[in-house]
Amino acid sequence: MIEPIIEGTYKFDGVAAKLGYNLNKMCFTFNEERCREEFRQDEAAYCDKFKLNPAQKEAILKRDIIALLRNGGSIYYLAKFAGTLGLNVQDVGGIMTGQTTEEFQAYLDSQGVGKHNG
Amino acid sequence: MAKILGAIGTSHVPAIGVAVDRGIEDTPYWKDLFAAYVPVREWINENKPDIAVLFYNDHGLEMFLDKKPTFSIGCADEYHNADEGWGIKPIPPLTGETDLSWHIVNHLIENDFDPTVCQDIKVDHGATVPMSVLYPGHKYQGTKVIPIAINCERHPMPKPSRSYAFGKAIGDAIRSWDSGQTVVVLGTGGLSHQLDGERAGYLNTEFDQMCMDKLVTDPESLTHYTNDELTEIAGAQGVELAMWLAMRGACSGPVDELINVLIAPISNTAAGVQLLVPKD
Repeated sequence: MIEPIIEGTYKFDGVAAKLGYNLNKMCFTFNEERCREEFRQDEAAYCDKFKLNPAQKEAILKRDIIALLRNGGSIYYLAKFAGTLGLNVQDVGGIMTGQTTEEFQAYLDSQGVGKHNG
Repeated sequence: MAKILGAIGTSHVPAIGVAVDRGIEDTPYWKDLFAAYVPVREWINENKPDIAVLFYNDHGLEMFLDKKPTFSIGCADEYHNADEGWGIKPIPPLTGETDLSWHIVNHLIENDFDPTVCQDIKVDHGATVPMSVLYPGHKYQGTKVIPIAINCERHPMPKPSRSYAFGKAIGDAIRSWDSGQTVVVLGTGGLSHQLDGERAGYLNTEFDQMCMDKLVTDPESLTHYTNDELTEIAGAQGVELAMWLAMRGACSGPVDELINVLIAPISNTAAGVQLLVPKD
């Protein structure tokens, strides 16, 4: 399991990349619609096809993004997983921080600068 | 010899490309950001650079973990974009400039940088969003592009000092190219943001503004950070400052700053828009 280097922050280094290789390889295929569709048809079988370990497979099936990070997921490919589910980066931010998408957006807005119109 | 007319720093978040696709640039959320691009587009129209040398990072369209270059240079006649998995529409192909690409590669190797040479690569939103936002309606057909990618995904990634020096070497290569063509250098990505982990959504606009100001007056002061420090100060993806450092490195010497705007949040990021022009 990958531990945070600072609170809430997982470093994607060689250790994580080794652990997460199969998971990331699966998510990399989500660049293609035919792969996204194959995943949607049978999520568990698609995970097995890429030899995900049990923790990774469970995290995929449960949409547990933090567990995916702790099991070597790279956010670049997890973003494609999110896209496959029809989620955007604010939705994913909400899931990871235990907030609704609206609460996560409000957190972003609370740090806002330079907007005079919105 | 070829001449660098200017350097543009810009965000490359996919949401900007989506906003362009949907024509919602005038809505309250987007209005201020797109307003910042108006004078940048005017500068491009007035100066008409022949070539855009574009620093970006690939987010897993072309460069997966199996073979992931630390620094890479596009040496292709044409660059295509493709489905990245979340529905951003691919843009028309970009035209390459292989003579300058190879000149840069030769110059870099002679000067102790050893990039991966890419004769056939797809380019992702890191390259396509900046081109879409700088050339509305994808009217970049008259402008050739050289995409140069820096690994910002898997650690270890180049130190900020190294990305700055890499940009400097590329600037020297451009200025030593025997051609009358003109160049704009694009530094894309950033600024502070963190997409992943329980700390997702973290921004540091004070740091971003300091970085944009220092890029003008004292860029070397920014090269002393480590990537771990940038992660802590500017978020996990704050390391994309690498491309802005490379851009500034390419404009060796003093610059005039024509535009400096920071808008947040844009998607999960703080978005900078900056235009720098080398002093003659």
